Amino acid sequence: MINPDKLVIAGKEFNSRLMIGTGKYPSHEAMVEAHTRSGAEIVTVAVRRVNISDRSKESLLDYIDLKKYMLLPNTAGCYSAEDAIRTAHLAREALDTPWVKLEVIGDEKTLFPDNEGLVKATRELVKEGFIVLPYFNDDLVAARKLIDAGAAAVMPLAAPIGSGLGIQNFTTMRILREMITEVPIIVDAGVGTASDVAIAMELGMDAVLLNTAIASAKDVGAMAEAMKLGIQAGRLAYLAGRMPRRLYASASSPMDGLIK
Amino acid sequence: MQIILNGEKKEFSEPLSLQKLVEDLQLNQQRVAIELNHLIVKRKDWPEVLLQEGDKLEIVHFVGGG
Repeated sequence: MINPDKLVIAGKEFNSRLMIGTGKYPSHEAMVEAHTRSGAEIVTVAVRRVNISDRSKESLLDYIDLKKYMLLPNTAGCYSAEDAIRTAHLAREALDTPWVKLEVIGDEKTLFPDNEGLVKATRELVKEGFIVLPYFNDDLVAARKLIDAGAAAVMPLAAPIGSGLGIQNFTTMRILREMITEVPIIVDAGVGTASDVAIAMELGMDAVLLNTAIASAKDVGAMAEAMKLGIQAGRLAYLAGRMPRRLYASASSPMDGLIK
Repeated sequence: MQIILNGEKKEFSEPLSLQKLVEDLQLNQQRVAIELNHLIVKRKDWPEVLLQEGDKLEIVHFVGGG
């Protein structure tokens, strides 16, 4: 079957609606298996100082087939718009990519984003030609400000990063879906298992980005595949259009012809 | 000559270009980016940029992340 249902971000088409991270895997080999079985086309990476004194560690990028995957550098760990912009510049220089998953963190314990800092950094980076995907609090007004600033997609959190709690606020997610049509909505952070991503897709979200839910599973390869299937099932169900919910029963078998 | 490289003090006895430093450190040149005193130095400019006393250098690469 030819699937015309593509994800389009900033004019670029993707077949997979799952984006996955490269952090916290038990080994590079496990990560490679997870990437393969997830079907993802976009993988995220973080920018950090090279360890000058110990050059023995292998490079992460040796384990990512750059012909197969598009790297999406993040600005994780940045607590100000300035630091995030600086990090984006370094990522662009090293990878020659204008794409950036923008994080400006506002609180250490929850890793909740600083939406104000995000808007500022988005505006600046878009002016410089970046394709900016900001990770933000699930808030309609913040989403609109980010889109006004030029964001290529908006990425609301489902729950705190690495918490595995799944979507916490269905109401804001449904409102975001109804009100935001200009750019894709990518649920980022906080999902725990395949049903969480299926639910995100059933709500009409355009894609899901996750890391820990796969990397911290007992069998990362199997969980990666489960996530892929969850995305597919949820997307298909969304496109199929679910039945309306009702409070009382409605018999599936006819009442006519019952034996007396 | 002393510089600060990724937050650590480093001593060099002779003039050094960024290119030479990257080679000496055996870094994969296609996968790192360099910031000198908060300004990015493009790869093509590395051979011409000589390190000066007190320079602050950041050399970054990519690690796992979400």
